[in-house]
Amino acid sequence: MSHSVTIKADGSEKDYWKDLWRNKQLLWILSKRDISVRYKQTLLGMAWSVVRPLMTMLIMVFVFSFVAKLRPDPGVPYPLMVLGGLTIWLFFANTFSQISSSITLNSNLVTKVYFPRLIMPLSAVAVGFIDFLISLVLFIILCVWYQYAPGWQIVFMPLFIFLTFMTSLGFGLFFAVVNVRFRDIGQLVPFIIQIGFYVCPIAYSSRLVEDSWWYKYYNLNPLVGIIDGFRWCLLGDQAFFNPASLYSTIIVSLIALSISVMYFRKKENTFVDHI
Amino acid sequence: MSVITAENISKKYIIDHKSSKRSNSIRDLVSDTFDSIFKPNKEENSKGKEEFWALRDVNFSIQQGDRVGIVGHNGAGKSTLLKILSRITNPTTGQVKISGRVASLLEVGTGFHPELTGRENIFLNGAILGMNKDEIRRSFDAIVDFAGVEKFLDTPVKRYSSGMYVRLGFAIAAHLEPEILIIDEVLAVGDAEFQKKCLGKMRDVSDSGRTILFVSHNLVAVQALCNKAFFFEKGTLVDQGDTTHIVTTYLSKISQKNLERQWESLNEAPGNDQVRIKSFKLIPEYQDNLMHIDVRTPMQFQFEFWNLEEEANLNLSMHLYSYTGECIFNVGTTSQNFAKGLVTGSCEIPGHFLNDGSYVVSMMIVKDTSTVVYNMEEALSFDVEDYREGVTWYGKWPGFIRPQLNFSIRQTEPVVND
Repeated sequence: MSHSVTIKADGSEKDYWKDLWRNKQLLWILSKRDISVRYKQTLLGMAWSVVRPLMTMLIMVFVFSFVAKLRPDPGVPYPLMVLGGLTIWLFFANTFSQISSSITLNSNLVTKVYFPRLIMPLSAVAVGFIDFLISLVLFIILCVWYQYAPGWQIVFMPLFIFLTFMTSLGFGLFFAVVNVRFRDIGQLVPFIIQIGFYVCPIAYSSRLVEDSWWYKYYNLNPLVGIIDGFRWCLLGDQAFFNPASLYSTIIVSLIALSISVMYFRKKENTFVDHI
Repeated sequence: MSVITAENISKKYIIDHKSSKRSNSIRDLVSDTFDSIFKPNKEENSKGKEEFWALRDVNFSIQQGDRVGIVGHNGAGKSTLLKILSRITNPTTGQVKISGRVASLLEVGTGFHPELTGRENIFLNGAILGMNKDEIRRSFDAIVDFAGVEKFLDTPVKRYSSGMYVRLGFAIAAHLEPEILIIDEVLAVGDAEFQKKCLGKMRDVSDSGRTILFVSHNLVAVQALCNKAFFFEKGTLVDQGDTTHIVTTYLSKISQKNLERQWESLNEAPGNDQVRIKSFKLIPEYQDNLMHIDVRTPMQFQFEFWNLEEEANLNLSMHLYSYTGECIFNVGTTSQNFAKGLVTGSCEIPGHFLNDGSYVVSMMIVKDTSTVVYNMEEALSFDVEDYREGVTWYGKWPGFIRPQLNFSIRQTEPVVND
């Protein structure tokens, strides 16, 4: 017969990735579920996806530009700089937190049906991605307002989106596994995101810290390269971007991703016993 | 051809007895770890955990087209076995080879999202159970029809009645087309008509050459549907074979054996200085060579006691209680004068009287029709199993008693066609 499996103690059957591919429709349908359920029974519905980044940006512009008098990169309007960084940061933050709670949120599935468990964290990306696209549209509108045209650098955008996805998966998967056993993760993740917001160059430009002695350590944060790079491809060469910071982005996220996937694969068969 | 082969599968769970101290957050884990480093003699650590084998060295093979019923007490390992076969959990040792697509229905409506409509949930649940979009689309109308929810297709399922919810869940699962179908206790839900539909559907599935594994406490349904059965006890597969044989074995083991109590000498017998109990027995009149009590079985209660007074005016009063404690009936004898010595009473319960269930009997000795001399509470207990013929409905028969009354039906006025 075409479809045969052997269930063993260690459970690491070689067809795992093939199985994952076979379940791509499930991935799609779970993503669709998360998206369509998101704003059920809310008054504003999808508008929330616009309101939140917009309000965050306005507050940041007020606090950091008017009150704290932070300076944008020369030639770039501050709101555009903030929204550019915010867009990619929110994509990372949403995806990361969705992934880290993806297994526990789907515990009813974990205990009742089999499918490759990686489907759950993967499908958790969808909601964040939709929000990202909406936020991007907002950015375009703001560009029209400021009459700011993006340059050729825009072609690199998919690369930065992909890197963000890899990084959030690399860190999120690990937390998703730990979350099954220790629900502390649910408390920890929002805290990490809150700290990350200030550690990453969102409200300010990396130019401001470029001359510090600790700049090379600052660059170890994989999101520095992503945020600066994403801003660069939206705003062109006027935005500060140190291509060298991408090395650490790629290296750190690849290492995180491979460790996380290995850890996930090792633990996924025990989810049901701990959840 | 064998579609499922299990070789020596075992499943171990670690039970943590320190339930209050279970390290469920990292802080606990850290403090527990510190505790165990600094106080290595702490007894709890060695005592706190216990191994529990939910399954132990289970071997079997299932042929294509077999309909296998799995019976056993709660905690016998049935659900663990289904979880292993459905790949939800891995065995600790051993392996299972499965050839063919498996669909497992351990719960009705797995993954239904309350906010989504019936239509959306059909696609969601179908995909979760392993159907692809085309398969779902093809059987969509059949599913809706089977569940009877046409009018509510675009209503969120959180507004569904529990009956509709279950019907929709089962309908989707029933239209799966797997080679192997694993089902856990789904007949416990739904109304009579729906249960009939379910069993019919399951029979269709097996007639088309597919394999079914079916766990149920409902032995009538197991007998109706399955051609083979496995009997699990304390994690081991103690017996397998044709359904009737296994069901008989199982019944003889589950019937509570508190059918007889007797005391040899007057000194150890319960009672007081007026009466002492000698024996109390329930003697069933088994209907066939199946040695268990079912709804057809007539029973006789025999009660013997020593009257220790020179002369006493006594009668017996027997109470029959359901397992949950409701009194189903109370019967009494006439009061008579007895001299010192042994007195025997007996009471018959006809067949086709009690419904299936568990029962407890108390016997009371009453003096002068007013004073309770001795009350032997919960003296005997017994189970009555279900038995049906000529019906296609297998749900729990309601009521405490199931008498056969003179209840007839006839046509009184036929319509004559011109």
